This record gives sequence, structure tokens and C-alpha cells, in this order.
Amino acid sequence: MASFVEFDQVTKAFDTGDGVMTAVDEMSFDLDRGEFLAIVGPSGCGKSTLLLALAGLTQPTTGQVRVAGRPILEPYTDLGIVFQGAELLPWRTALQNVMLQAEIRRGSKRESEARARELLAQVGLGGFEDRYPDELSGGMQQRVSLCRALLHDPEILVMDEPFGALDALTRDQIQIDLQHLWMERRKTVVFVTHSIDEAVFLADRVLVFSPRPARIAADFRVSLDRPRHLSARATPEFAGLVGEIREVFENLGVLTEERT
Amino acid sequence: MTSTDQRKKPATASTGTRARRRRPLRSRIADGVLPLILVVVIVAVWQAMVSFGGVKEYVLPAPGAVVKKMFSDFGTFADQSVPTIIAIFVGFALAIVVALPIAVAMVYSSVVRRAVYPLLIVAQVVPKVAIAPLFIIWFGFGQLPKVLMVALICFFPVVIDSMVGFRAARPESLMLVRSMGASRWQAFWKVRWPWAVPSIFAGVKVGITLAVVGAVVAEFVGADTGLGVLLITARGDMDSLTVFASVAWLTVIGAVLFGVVELLERVLVPRRGGRRSFEASGSL
Ligand SMILES: Nc1ncnc2c1ncn2[C@@H]1O[C@H](COP(=O)(O)OP(=O)(O)O)[C@@H](O)[C@H]1O
Ligand SMILES: [Mg+2]
Repeated sequence: MASFVEFDQVTKAFDTGDGVMTAVDEMSFDLDRGEFLAIVGPSGCGKSTLLLALAGLTQPTTGQVRVAGRPILEPYTDLGIVFQGAELLPWRTALQNVMLQAEIRRGSKRESEARARELLAQVGLGGFEDRYPDELSGGMQQRVSLCRALLHDPEILVMDEPFGALDALTRDQIQIDLQHLWMERRKTVVFVTHSIDEAVFLADRVLVFSPRPARIAADFRVSLDRPRHLSARATPEFAGLVGEIREVFENLGVLTEERT
Repeated sequence: MTSTDQRKKPATASTGTRARRRRPLRSRIADGVLPLILVVVIVAVWQAMVSFGGVKEYVLPAPGAVVKKMFSDFGTFADQSVPTIIAIFVGFALAIVVALPIAVAMVYSSVVRRAVYPLLIVAQVVPKVAIAPLFIIWFGFGQLPKVLMVALICFFPVVIDSMVGFRAARPESLMLVRSMGASRWQAFWKVRWPWAVPSIFAGVKVGITLAVVGAVVAEFVGADTGLGVLLITARGDMDSLTVFASVAWLTVIGAVLFGVVELLERVLVPRRGGRRSFEASGSL
């Protein structure tokens, strides 16, 4: 049986002013249903482009992305997205921002609102429903954004460097929260990050991309037990994996992997 | 779940931000009182020049006399205001009705944008009031040339600021709603429009002040009724008092219209956190 998500020879070229620039070149990989995949790779190697192709927000120049065997030819709606910036609408409260998802989908307002409140409470934002984004910290905003992405209980969650702008402590906490939410739902997640630690901590599998045009330089399975605790990062297995991934980057000539 | 992140009690967070926003009462009173003092000083100097400086009434009438004139001839001023105000209203409405769809078209179609935008920029440099005589030749001395003059002069700030506004939405926000399955219509009303409104109002506010200028200029050049006509006729008679009173009434009209727009903005512009509106971007 074919995998749940298939990237099949996906190529994306951009027509820049002076010539064609290939951002992604014949990239192929598969994801199982319920798999938590992390992608690490240098800036500009085409990670965001791949995510947008999966979401159907951009079309590959050649090749195909398929979900459950069906090619993605238009925006794929059974999916939630979290960008690096929380992308909250500043004139809506936290709750209203989460509810945008339901309004666009024209779902039952009462049910969705109950769900939205429950999700917000689950990420520690109970009592903050009526706050406007500029009254929330960066970490809180990103939690709201996560709730919005999960409101419709999508099959796939796409996260593009979602915690990249957060400070270290906030980031630790939100990683734990995300793991919690994911373990309850076991959705398929594609999580792009610059942090090797974050990738290993969260994912079942880590893909390492080479510089543009990206190739898959390595494909690691992470078999640490769940729920993973922050202390897991001190274990030899964890450190070993992180070291291996770092080595891949060194061999690729990518000097620093923690690029921003 | 416990957290290391700022999960303050809502109440504390709220009083904190609210308190920071409100400036001390004394400083807010000063904001109102200081300009008022300046006005009083200017009027006093003006009155003194007329009373003790020997300035002739036909050169500079006393402020008191101007105010008296404004109300003693109220009937005339009111009669002449009506066509001026109508021209302002209709012309202004016309400008908005034409400008908004063009701004939207420029945002959604790169062909339209590339065709129209350079023309708009060039046209901004053309002194619109210089076209007024042409309008008189084409459309006569009635209301039509006035309305068109007003529309023309308001059009540019409104169309340019609206376009800036409609492009202000973040691409990520638009991608998010598309991935929720939003139609173009929904994406427009839920995301583009609210982002645009503050900028549209910035253009409209510039437009409404220009509208008064447009109407008066058109009346100067040639019209049968209007405050501008009254003013230009009074000048012919060396009747400075009527000139001043007309200017005063035009100022009142301009201020009231501006106030109405501000009020409308307050009602329509969605709350964005503590601030009422975003930095107004765009022309002027
Ligand atoms: N819409 C676009 N037009 C032109 N070039 C683009 C566009 N989107 C991305 N690119 C280019 O494609 C490359 C890959 O971009 P991206 O997928 O955002 O990389 P990453 O997310 O890995 O940092 C970059 O060099 C970027 O400049
Ligand atoms: Mg990216």
C-alpha cells in the first residue's frame, strides 16, 4: 500500500528576473499516517516551498504531492498550518482568531467555540480568550496559532519553523505542549526547524536536507520513548543522534546548522 | 500543565497594559489648553491691530465683526452653502465609488496594476485645479463641473491609499485562509478588507479636506451659486468682511466634514489591540 503522504519527484523552479532558479529538485520521500516528521536543512534550501506544495498553496513545476493517493492540485483543506510568525489577525481576540478556522469552514459555531476554548485551555491559555494579540507574549501568540491550526482536527499538521522566534525557555515548554497535543491525536506532522535538538526531541523521523537545490542527505529514525521529557536531551542516545546529524551537516560543508 | 512562559493572571496583565496607555490627566488637559491659549493670543493681537493699529476695515476686519457678520447674514451664507456642500458630497462620494474598485482591481490584477499605477503617479503631479477652467467650458456653470472637480481632486489620495491598504494583508494570512478553503470573497472580507480600512481612511481624510478646496476653486472659476461665488463677488466689491465670513464658514464646513469622517472611522475601524489604527501609509 502506498504511503499516506507522497512527495514524488517534486521540482519547484522560480522564474527570477535573471534566469530560472531551482529551489527544489526532484525531491521524493513518503510519510506514514500519524508520523511526526522533522526536516532540518540550511536556509533557502526549499523547505518552506515543499510545505506549501503539500498544502496545495503552490504547485510543483514538475512532479506531484499526493495525500492518500490523491494528487494535491488545489489548497488542501484537511490540514492545519503554523508559520514562524503566529500570523494572528490583530483586530481579533485569541478566541476569535482560533474561530476564524470555523468561520471560513462554516461549521457549527457553538461546537467549534467549545472546542476552541478547550484547545486554548489545553495550551495554558484559559482566561486569555478575550485578549488581543498585542496583549499576548510571543509564546502565547504561537499557542493561539497552534490552536487555530488544530480546531478542525486536520489529518495533517504543517509547521514551518514555528518556534524559531521564541526564547529558549518558552520554546522548551511549547515543545512539551506540542508533544502532548500530538500524542493525544497522532496526526501526521511535517515540522521544519533549524534546531537539531528540537527535531530530535519532537520527531519520529528526521530528514536532513542539503543546501539548495535540496537533496535528502540523511534520514534518521528517532526511537526515544514517549512522552519524552526535557531530561531526555541529556541521554547518550539523544546526544548521539544530535551528533550524527551535526556530522551530516559538517560533511555537507554547512558550517553552522543553527542558521536563522 | 505548568509553564515557564508568562502565564500571568489575566487581571494583572490587563491593569498593567491599560494603566500604561493612559497618560496623566494634567498632561492631557494641557494638550487641550495650550493650543486654545495660542488661539486667544492670535485673536487678541488681530483685534488690537484693528482697534489700535489703524488697520482699515476693508483690509482687515476685526475678528468680532467677522463673527457678527457670519450670523447677521446667516440666511445668505446658508443659502450659498447648500450648492457648495452638495457639490462636495456628491463629488466626494463619486471619488470613493470610483477609487475603491480601481484599487481592488489593481491589487488583484497585475495587468491592471501595471497599466494604471504609473498613470496615477504621473497624474498626481498634474495640478488638478488648473483643469477647472476646462470643466467650465465643457459642462457650463452649474453643479456638474464642481462635482467633477471635487471628485478629481479627492480621487488620487483615496485610490493610492486604498491600494496600499488592500496590499497590506500579510501573504501568510492569505495563505492560511486559503488553506481553510476560503473563497476569494471570504479572503477579501475576512483578511484584506480589515487590513485595508485604516489606510483607506487615511486617504479619505486627505480627500475630504481637498474636497472643500476643489469645490471652492470650481466656484471661483465660474459658477452661478455657492460660497465660492459669494466670496469672489464680495472681493469684487472690496467687501472684506463678507470674504472673511465666507472663509470662516468654509472652514466650519471643512472641519465638520472632517469630524464626520473621523467619527465614521472610529465606528468602522476594527480595534487593533490598544491602538485604534495602524500607521497610515501611502500618499501625502
Ligand atoms: N515565490 C518565490 N519566488 C521566487 N523565489 C522564491 C519564492 N519562494 C521561495 N523562493 C526561493 O526559493 C528558495 C527556497 O526558499 P524556501 O522554500 O523559503 O527555503 P527555506 O524554507 O528552506 O529557507 C530560496 O532561495 C528562495 O529565495
Ligand atoms: Mg522557510
